[in-house]
Amino acid sequence: MSTHQSSEPGHAPFRIGTRTFHSRLFVGTGKYKTNELMRDALAASACEVVTVAVRRERLFNEQGQSLLSFIDTKKYTILPNTAGCFTAEDAVRVARLGRDILEQLDNPGASWVKLEVLADKKTLLPDPHGTLEAVKTLVKDGFQVLAYTSDDPIAAIRLKEAGAASVMPAGSPIGSGQGVLNPNNIILCLEKLKEGDKDYPVIVDAGVGCASDVAEAMELGADGVLLNTAIAHAKDAVMMAHAMRHACVGGRQSYLAGRIPKKLYATASSPWEGVVSYIPGE
Amino acid sequence: MTAEITITANGAEQSVPVGTTVRQLIVRLGLEKQACAAEVNKALVPRREQESRELKQGDSIELVSLVGGG
Repeated sequence: MSTHQSSEPGHAPFRIGTRTFHSRLFVGTGKYKTNELMRDALAASACEVVTVAVRRERLFNEQGQSLLSFIDTKKYTILPNTAGCFTAEDAVRVARLGRDILEQLDNPGASWVKLEVLADKKTLLPDPHGTLEAVKTLVKDGFQVLAYTSDDPIAAIRLKEAGAASVMPAGSPIGSGQGVLNPNNIILCLEKLKEGDKDYPVIVDAGVGCASDVAEAMELGADGVLLNTAIAHAKDAVMMAHAMRHACVGGRQSYLAGRIPKKLYATASSPWEGVVSYIPGE
Repeated sequence: MTAEITITANGAEQSVPVGTTVRQLIVRLGLEKQACAAEVNKALVPRREQESRELKQGDSIELVSLVGGG
């Protein structure tokens, strides 16, 4: 059998809203040392969706190059976020601004938004009320909302009920690198969100520190993982991007294959029968 | 002398000639070469309306673009 990625199991496309993707890894574009490094890391990750922020900063960096000079807008779907917003009102404003930019770029990410309504600068934990309010407004306005939330299963289901195209529970606080702190809550989120709707997309967003965190999230049954800092701040960002790509695929395959139950005691892999000095019946 | 109005663009006050449109402000600030979205008094002015939307005394404008983010 060919080892080419597309011929392996576990690569079936998945849908979010009206769009279909093959890569289940969503990668952020923030915090890389250089734009060139970001471009190479995105390529190594084989992601199809990249997140960006909307800011009033000037368009050009010191070298006179904009972020978009390093992102192929024909190749990647750009997912604008509302990072830094602490009210539903601001998040809605930023979402509309982002949509206008992506419409100018003719990018399929227009009308998509990664919604963040934060409650606290230190933890960057989401504000559940503000997030819910913003989802309702944005859905009415025609957006497909990918809603960042905590790992609270009830908060998650409320966002789905409000029309979020995807709910994205955090593994742990943004940029913390703590991985999936409460796998049981992620399992409950998945159970709630996929009840009678198994294809509803659930993406674990935030907290990833290394490749095994991605694999764990995928093994729990998440449809995808969104991360940024773990690649951007790795000692070798491109190498880590490769690792994340494989961990995402490996975790998905492991989930689909079905893990064995955990047991307290050992079970021998080699037969007892025929071992030298073996006494039948013992 | 051209009459001017005072506006606030990205938090900084500045004077522009009466009749300046959102698009003209974007060009004046050297931002026209990249995709740029604009808001006047917290309401989006879509790209297709930037040429026709004239600024008024006291308007607060936000001009934004895409930057790296997660």
